[in-house]
Amino acid sequence: MNEHIEEITKNGRLKSAIECMLFVSPEPLPAAQMAAALETEESAIEKAVEELIEDLSDRGLQIVRVAGGYQMCTKPEFSSVCQRIMIRQNQKLSRAALETLAVIAYRQPVTQPEIEAIRGVNVSGVIKTLMDKGLIHEVGRKQTPGRPILYGTTPQFLEYMGLEDLSQLPDIDTLATNETEAEQKLFKEHEIVVQDDAQT
Amino acid sequence: MRLARRQTNPYQIVLPIFEGPLDLLLHLIHENKLDIYDIPIAQVTEQYLQYLSLMEELDLDIAGEFLVMAATLIEIKSKMLLPPDETADEDEEPIDPRAQLVERLIEYQRYKEAAEILRQFEEERSKVFKSGGEAIEIEYAPFLLKDLTPVDLLAALQRVLAEVGEGEEEVTTITRRRITVRMKMSEIWRRVITSEDGVNFEELFEDKYDRTEIVITFLSVLELLRLRRITVTQKQLFGEIILRKRESVGDE
Repeated sequence: MNEHIEEITKNGRLKSAIECMLFVSPEPLPAAQMAAALETEESAIEKAVEELIEDLSDRGLQIVRVAGGYQMCTKPEFSSVCQRIMIRQNQKLSRAALETLAVIAYRQPVTQPEIEAIRGVNVSGVIKTLMDKGLIHEVGRKQTPGRPILYGTTPQFLEYMGLEDLSQLPDIDTLATNETEAEQKLFKEHEIVVQDDAQT
Repeated sequence: MRLARRQTNPYQIVLPIFEGPLDLLLHLIHENKLDIYDIPIAQVTEQYLQYLSLMEELDLDIAGEFLVMAATLIEIKSKMLLPPDETADEDEEPIDPRAQLVERLIEYQRYKEAAEILRQFEEERSKVFKSGGEAIEIEYAPFLLKDLTPVDLLAALQRVLAEVGEGEEEVTTITRRRITVRMKMSEIWRRVITSEDGVNFEELFEDKYDRTEIVITFLSVLELLRLRRITVTQKQLFGEIILRKRESVGDE
């Protein structure tokens, strides 16, 4: 083991080391990656991150879980302050882009014709925009005639939306129609009953 | 919802822009408080076609998808006018000609809602800033013109123009000086070997107003570097760049 790293991690300075890594990393850092870099256990990292989050409670910075890793960023309540000195690339996505992104996020892997069938419009331009922004990528080809390209969302998509993983997206079946929402509720209740039965 | 305006018109028509035919249909259904499972197809078709002709009047490009949907609506409408098929099996429930459309509308509505949720996520996340990596620009103190009047600006412009001698349309014959990289290289080289403290990079460009000469000077510096004749040092970021003779020439 690297002596210097050992000196840092052994002397209770793991937390500070993690703080540094999170500060300099441009991408969200998975605990496993930090554990490997600091030659320590992932559980130790998780514990130190928890402490760090606690330490930051009265500070301007926060540590969030996003795209499968940890990220140090500013707290949303200070956004106006940050905006005073930074011009964010404030290009919000268009409605067409968001709708297409929603279809891809829920239906991935999905082909362009499948997206078009749902949205009822041509989406080639929007797909290009989303690819350029790195929010979606090609994930393979569908084994059907013409072998159309399959699209899926990228980790950048999760980061852009501030999501830890895709499971944080609300259930698509519960959206928009009240009838389905009621049905869904019924199913969920049913599930609980089944689980109870299994336990007894 | 975005709105299209026709600016040239004496009166202004404000027309919502829809993401597609399904979006337009949903709008018509919601606006008229219709039951999506029991769409009065004749009414909706009529309004749909009205909207399309309005788009036409406004010279908006009507995407092909809108026309396909118009055809679909008319087809459904005509099917609904037909008497029920008497030869069909009585046990079999007759298929509502609207069923497929309703299904598509509901499906689309879900994703429209999902898009709205993504927009909220995007909004929330945009309040959070991370260090480095992100393409950000520092906002420089804005150049304020608030104490200046247009007259001041005009006066300033006249001063500038006077300096460059506006109005004197002097005809100048430009003789093009032939400078080559080789010539420039030996010129720089001479300066470098004769000065003890090295040569300031910027001094090389003094009095050089000619773009070609500036480019050739720069190329010459690069060439001297490539040939390992000189070294270039800069003590700090944006500091002076000093050119010096490389001590161990030929030490390659």
